[in-house]
Amino acid sequence: MTSSVRTVEAAPDQSTESQYNFAYLDEQTKRMIRRAILKGIAIPGYQVPFASREMPMPYGWGTGGVQVTAAILGQEDTLKVIDQGSDDTTNAVSIRSFFEKTAGVKTTTATADASIIQTRHRIPEASLREDQIIVFQVPIPEPLRFLEPRETETRTMHALKEYGLMHVKLYEDIARNGRIATTYAYPVEVNDRYVMDPSPTPKFDNPKIDEMAALQLYGAGREKRIYAIPPFTKVKSLDFDDHPFEVQKFERPCGLCGAANVYLDEVILDDKGGRMFVCSDTDYCEERREAGHLGDMAADPAAVSLTTSTAGQDAS
Amino acid sequence: MTAQNFTQNSSSALAPGFDTPVVDSQSCFRAIMNAMARPGQTQRFTRAPLDVPAPLTPLAAAIALTLFDYDTPIWLDPDLMESSDALGYLRFHTGAPVTSDAAKATFALLTSPRHLPDLSTFAQGSAEYPDTSTTLILAGQNFSAGPSVSLTGPGIRSAQGFRTDPVSGGFWQQMQFNNTSFPCGVDVVFASDDEIAALPRSTKITIAES
Repeated sequence: MTSSVRTVEAAPDQSTESQYNFAYLDEQTKRMIRRAILKGIAIPGYQVPFASREMPMPYGWGTGGVQVTAAILGQEDTLKVIDQGSDDTTNAVSIRSFFEKTAGVKTTTATADASIIQTRHRIPEASLREDQIIVFQVPIPEPLRFLEPRETETRTMHALKEYGLMHVKLYEDIARNGRIATTYAYPVEVNDRYVMDPSPTPKFDNPKIDEMAALQLYGAGREKRIYAIPPFTKVKSLDFDDHPFEVQKFERPCGLCGAANVYLDEVILDDKGGRMFVCSDTDYCEERREAGHLGDMAADPAAVSLTTSTAGQDAS
Repeated sequence: MTAQNFTQNSSSALAPGFDTPVVDSQSCFRAIMNAMARPGQTQRFTRAPLDVPAPLTPLAAAIALTLFDYDTPIWLDPDLMESSDALGYLRFHTGAPVTSDAAKATFALLTSPRHLPDLSTFAQGSAEYPDTSTTLILAGQNFSAGPSVSLTGPGIRSAQGFRTDPVSGGFWQQMQFNNTSFPCGVDVVFASDDEIAALPRSTKITIAES
């Protein structure tokens, strides 16, 4: 997690994988995905069926997001991939190197430098710009699936805008727990029409997708669905007048960088109950520490080992 | 199969497609996608223009090569249907089946948009599958002529002004009606010499009073 090298330069003529088409997918597949993306943008929140391909990684590893990214990616793009906010966990590292090999594009971990950000279940803390695109990896695109297993039925429910069942589910949360206990994959209503699953992002991130400046594309590979939210689109998290939507709150700021109002991960430090809470968005945390912000545990020996042990991993 | 073999019986040699298909079609798609995501904002297509038979225009042909293939039935307006060169060009480079039934077309390509048929003749999609609608591509547009309209809706921060010409007489009223049938309805892509704009069905249109 050292800060010096954040960006890997483009290598368009990288010889090892040059037998593949640019960005792995063949052109007919890209056209098919591109057409689905256009429909998704034109009908915000509607899940467009598409002929998802097998990818050289298992379902559940982001095949939907990878296909969407491959269909939109160009030589001038700079790609960032995050997994739960982190640039250096397995899924992020392997997808980033997949596109380094098959497309030779520039990659980065710095949110501000990226033109396309592929994400598994977090949205960066830094606000995204109009010239950026965020691609979500989605496991179960259908928000009604656990309430109604039949595709024919959920399709009719979307057609009729019949979302009473979802409100019953949230009501039962309140009846059992005294509050809406859904904390991730929190359902939203897009542009006053479709109820949509914003992928299993923590509901902490839901306010960010409302009126976001960047284009949002969602890809579900196993379930063969693509959907989208254009920039500056109204996205409302479902709630009740007497139980308004609210996000998670954290008691303490980030232990490393002292950031408040960000999403934190718990890190276990030893087997004696030692733990700390740190930013889930590793790039945001790094930038703050570079700027001189220090959390109350930044000097702790355990924290020091945390911030130095992963140095150089991006180079793989 | 080479171009020469294909056009042996034709009056002129078949015009080539993209120089670098992978790069050019990606670049064209990004312009279309950005246009669709930001209704009314024009997006520049910066790759080398295609040399295409009339009445096709270079940018309309680029959009066709980017989006059409054997999976997408296309509807062509009478002007295009009369040009065997244009027809041959689209057939050879995209492989898309040409249909005379507008309600079965995935794409409709029009080079004489002044004679655009009523939008309701094209596929509207169904309540269950609103994505099975026609996307219209209007060629030869000029984004600094025609009546001004004001756009609001997804992709637009507050309001977006837009004008384009030529379009048919009742076009803007039909587009307003098109929006009321959301999520069904058609999407329209406009192509000038080097710029692309789009109006998805989700955009609300206010016609300026004149």
